[in-house]
Amino acid sequence: MTQTLPPQQSETPTGPPSMSPPELARWFWRQLTSMRVALFLLFLLAVAAVPGSVVPQREANPLAALDWAERNPGLATWAERLGLFDVYSTPWFSAIYLLLMVSLVGCIIPRIGLHWRALRARPPAPPSRLTRMPAHLERAVPADPDVVLEAAERALRSRRFRVDRVDDQRAAAGTSSGVALAAERGYLKETGNLMFHLALVVVLVSVAAGGLFGYRGTVLVVEGDGFANSPIQYDGLTAGARFTAADLPPFALTVDEFVMEFEPDGPAMGSPSNFEAAVTLERTPGAPPEQTTVRVNSPLEVDGTLVHLLNPGYAPQVTVRGPDGDVLFSQPVPFLPQDSSFTSTGVVKVPQADQPDIGLQGIFLPTGVIAENGPESIFPGLGNPVLVLTAWQGDLGLDDGVAQSIYRLDTTDMTQLTTGDEPFRAALDLGSSIELPDGAGSVSFDGVSTWVNLQVSRNSGKELALLGAVLAIAGLLPTLFVRRRRCWVRVHTQHPDGATVLTIAGLDRVASGDAGELDEELAAVAAAVEEELS
Amino acid sequence: MNVEDAAYLSNVFVDAAMIVWAVTLAAFAADLAFGSPVRTTTRVRAEVAVGSGGVDEVVVGDDAPEGASAPTSRWWGVGMGTLVLGTVILGAGVVLRGIAAGRVPWGNMYEFAITGAFLVAVAFLLFMRRYDLRTFAVWVTGVLLLTVGLAVTVLYIPAAPLVPALRSPWLVIHVAAATLAAAFFTIGMVATALYLVRDVADRRGVTGGRFVSRLPDTATLDRVSYRVIAFGFPIWTFAVVAGAIWAEYAWGRYWGWDPKETWSLITWIVYAAYLHARTTAGWRGRRAAIISLVAYSTLIFNFFGVNIVFVGLHSYGGV
Repeated sequence: MTQTLPPQQSETPTGPPSMSPPELARWFWRQLTSMRVALFLLFLLAVAAVPGSVVPQREANPLAALDWAERNPGLATWAERLGLFDVYSTPWFSAIYLLLMVSLVGCIIPRIGLHWRALRARPPAPPSRLTRMPAHLERAVPADPDVVLEAAERALRSRRFRVDRVDDQRAAAGTSSGVALAAERGYLKETGNLMFHLALVVVLVSVAAGGLFGYRGTVLVVEGDGFANSPIQYDGLTAGARFTAADLPPFALTVDEFVMEFEPDGPAMGSPSNFEAAVTLERTPGAPPEQTTVRVNSPLEVDGTLVHLLNPGYAPQVTVRGPDGDVLFSQPVPFLPQDSSFTSTGVVKVPQADQPDIGLQGIFLPTGVIAENGPESIFPGLGNPVLVLTAWQGDLGLDDGVAQSIYRLDTTDMTQLTTGDEPFRAALDLGSSIELPDGAGSVSFDGVSTWVNLQVSRNSGKELALLGAVLAIAGLLPTLFVRRRRCWVRVHTQHPDGATVLTIAGLDRVASGDAGELDEELAAVAAAVEEELS
Repeated sequence: MNVEDAAYLSNVFVDAAMIVWAVTLAAFAADLAFGSPVRTTTRVRAEVAVGSGGVDEVVVGDDAPEGASAPTSRWWGVGMGTLVLGTVILGAGVVLRGIAAGRVPWGNMYEFAITGAFLVAVAFLLFMRRYDLRTFAVWVTGVLLLTVGLAVTVLYIPAAPLVPALRSPWLVIHVAAATLAAAFFTIGMVATALYLVRDVADRRGVTGGRFVSRLPDTATLDRVSYRVIAFGFPIWTFAVVAGAIWAEYAWGRYWGWDPKETWSLITWIVYAAYLHARTTAGWRGRRAAIISLVAYSTLIFNFFGVNIVFVGLHSYGGV
């Protein structure tokens, strides 16, 4: 991480000779804070980040991770052992960035001290022969040596050099005052560099702290329903180690209406054009309700907690009646979209106490057509809602106490209802109903609601992370664009014609390779002097 | 002009820019093959002095009488003229695409590619004013043609409004910064690749040959690639940070290890390694150059590979 390490730190590739423990520790520390090791750790971090983009990550996308594991059973065992489903919280990944951070801090701290001293030190005295410096020039100026020196000082200062007048043996011979100029500029480069690296530490620390206190919960809400902000209401919750339920702001939210609109025509026909939820918010129990709107890209903020729209879907309103016509089940059932046309699948579970349970497996088509390979949806909007159902009878297994997916029917203890030899299958238009075979009852498709997954999250420390990022960029600019440069000026009288010879030399602290640029600067200083005194 | 006309005209302009740049490529190649191998910085300086304003004035500099000290081939003039012309036409194509879609023209990969090519061309023309990049021109033009060609053939999708997830002012900021940084990195990549060619030639003692002898020396190539990448790096950093801010608004977390986020960080880390390597004894020169090429390949993988190979939150733009 450092650019100004003494050579023995960055350039000792030898292994440890026999050393006492303290010596070994010192050797290890030097290695760790050396640039070679820092470079190695940077590469290691880059490489270690790759698997997390190949294997779906549990935290970012739990369903995809599960799906991947099912499709690659052999690999999944190893992936699990290596922590590839949670790469960014594995010990090996953490070890790399922690080592990198230690290396960085170990390198930065001594540099802060050095830079502090450099800031207060005077520019180094001129070398004995300016004309031996890589960049130098001489000009004869028709003016008094002291006047020339003062003009040169002004020229350097106006070019943002810090200028120091130094007693100078060689100058003493040619000028009355016996002084030369030593100038330096570009201290901001190192200041920016240090700020950049410290700001990175700030970012890393705030990300880590945010992970401890932050949380993210998701809850599926059908249009017309609501939820109170507490962990038991969430379908999923990921939270840091220091999170407690008391951290949740006690608001309650009702989704009054959730609108899904799609491009009706044109090249982008069927792509989403607007998702918008009209909600009623109670900030605390009993507080006056507030009406507001949540959109994609414009979340609702409640006391530092953000409520986002995630994925939406349709919930067909299904009513199941028994053989004698009494209503056994009647509510909107969230179906999961399977494609961009919102062809959705879902199940209806009707447990019964004295009769076999009824299970329905359904496909919902917002704009349904019957194609060759069966029913499909040709548009995600509600053009011609169709609900295709198959039916099962038996034991749903809801009494076993084992948690079940609400989107999947466990048919192990059930038998599929049939008409003749064919499985029973019905396509219901909106408002229609159908009798189930064997007098099991009837099903009607009464309406369509929408549902939306809401994400409730708080990212603690994000303000600090942002501050760190801004400081990092602010530090980066001088690091990359300011040039640390030294300049020296001597004057002496040229006896034959009485003119003063002005000698300027320059040196870049970090060789840029752009020698022409340094020459240009020296020429500009000389030109400023000549212009002032001509 | 209605929306369909704008969409149609945009496509015509992008195709036209490709044809004009094909001429540029041929002209630069001919300049390389038949042009005078002597080049002096005087000529470049003169050009800078003449062209004081926008990009177009570089052409003025070229059409201006060429000094006796600076023999250049006619091919070079044709190449520069058509490069600027193609850039202007592509710029018009990009703007029309934006009008057709009713938004900034960077909502999908086709649009990133044409906007990116336009920015590479502009950045290259600007750097031409400062540095003598004449021998790069043919390679940069090759990259430009390849990018637009891929855009037109593989990535093309018709102009359309944005999906709600992309409707945010941060789209303008985040994608503009990312594309601009990528443009700088692309020029840096060309300079670095030529650096390695020159470096290998120097080490083997190859001095003859039109191609190698006309390349700038390794010090110049190294300096140019460093400068360009040093410009790109803070912009890339800003693009990543702006993306994080947008992600906080759009998805409720500023960093979620989405594949695109992960790879943008990988690119950032490897370019950071390049900048460090360049100031470290034993890593300067060839090693640093290789690191910078690795960094560029992660950038390209992030642009093409991540959208095609992985499924993530950034994959709605359409391939």
